[in-house]
Amino acid sequence: MNYNKKLLALFRNPKHAGEIKDPSGVGEVGNMKCGDVMKISFKVEKGKITEIKFLTFGCVAAIASSEALCRIVKGKTIEQAEQITNKDILDYIGEVPALKVHCSVLGEEALKQAIKYYKKNAIKQN
Amino acid sequence: MKTKIYLDNGATTKVDSKVVKVMQKIFTKNYGNPSSLHQFGQDAHNYLEEARITIANKLNAKPEEIIFTSGGTESDNLAIKGAAYLNGKGHIITSKIEHPAVLNTCKELEKQGFTVTYLNVDKFGLINLKELEESVKENTFLISIMHANNEIGTIQPIDEIGKIAKKYNILFHTDAVQSFIKVPIDVTKINIDMISLSSHKIHGPKGVGTLYVKSGLKLKPLIDGGNHERKLRAGTENVPGIVGFAEATKLEPQLDYIKKLRDKLILGLLEIPNSQLNGHPEKRLVNNVSISFNFVEGEGILFSLDQKGIAVSTGSACSSHSLEPSHVLLAIGLKHEIAHGTIRFTLSKFNTEEEIDFTIKNVKSIIEYLRKMSPVRGALD
Repeated sequence: MNYNKKLLALFRNPKHAGEIKDPSGVGEVGNMKCGDVMKISFKVEKGKITEIKFLTFGCVAAIASSEALCRIVKGKTIEQAEQITNKDILDYIGEVPALKVHCSVLGEEALKQAIKYYKKNAIKQN
Repeated sequence: MKTKIYLDNGATTKVDSKVVKVMQKIFTKNYGNPSSLHQFGQDAHNYLEEARITIANKLNAKPEEIIFTSGGTESDNLAIKGAAYLNGKGHIITSKIEHPAVLNTCKELEKQGFTVTYLNVDKFGLINLKELEESVKENTFLISIMHANNEIGTIQPIDEIGKIAKKYNILFHTDAVQSFIKVPIDVTKINIDMISLSSHKIHGPKGVGTLYVKSGLKLKPLIDGGNHERKLRAGTENVPGIVGFAEATKLEPQLDYIKKLRDKLILGLLEIPNSQLNGHPEKRLVNNVSISFNFVEGEGILFSLDQKGIAVSTGSACSSHSLEPSHVLLAIGLKHEIAHGTIRFTLSKFNTEEEIDFTIKNVKSIIEYLRKMSPVRGALD
């Protein structure tokens, strides 16, 4: 597998691995059978995503994509986060082998799930 | 690269310096074509035949029963297709855990009208002899079961399989690419018709192998051309490669030493919670350690180890080009998620105890590190 340096650096030094206690939003996608599971959790304060973490069972590209996603999303508003697609992740991590593109797609899906959860809860609270 | 610890000898091995030395001599001094009638040719011919005798001796076979090929894959193809095409049609019995060189050859023959039974294996990777016997049909002409599996190291009872083959007058081929030299094979003591061997798994050069073909057995050659190798395999013989291969078989294999390192590695790695050894605990290759680590994925482990200078291989799908993890791991009943977290360490005589200690230490910290990032802790309990 030919991974570029940036991707490998993200895999080796993730700053966002983990899980948020009492998250404002949380989403988990993928399945163990395929070998890809991503869980994204974030905290929202004053309309901004102040903290975001990932837990990923998956290959180097999957972990790198998760880390990249967190770095992209942190500090953004929910509205801005909703605009993020897997293409943004791919732009961040650089060139990936074709069969690893789905890792970034999973990242986008995990984020969307987490935002969905956040919105549902926000409605409940109001 | 600073640290270099090579634990992927199942994939290929370092060529021994003694082997390199003899090959260099053949390249530069004994470079004739063995078919040439002049002294250069006859000289090369002598080296070729000497190598043939050396390899034959390792199987207790006759020199004329040794056919040189380009490697294990070609030998597998020649054995299976060579027998099939001569037969014209019929039924083959093989196993679900064969190397792709055997499996895909069988799949290709199925497209051409042959029928194939792929035997199941138990959780250790062993075939069931009763199931084998029950699979025999009127038109079964070949059984092909590998001697030892490359992924999980399990060694099959080829003497028992040979007995069944003899009982029903069926040809028996075994892919001994991983077992040759590591496990003794005596063709005068087992009923066996064809054996595939490979040079680059035993510190010989890549690109050369052997098919042992029992005297009297006819095959349809796959490569037509000159009359080389008893007309079974045309092409100017790769004399340096073949001489190198023969030299490699003469090296002291140091099996006890390797076994000691292997067992140390197994014990050390199994200290990691939620891990398991794959393959048979006793009937396994002296150099094979296949371990599945729950909750983490193989490619991630592999890259992390690579970063530390340690080379291994994995059975996860992410590292192959399909969505399925290793067919061997699935055949022994591992759940997909466990199969994805499998690493294969294959040792050689060149590894040291320090390297094993270093590896154990780093695998432990890598697994811990990856598990902290995993969403599935406890999901498999």
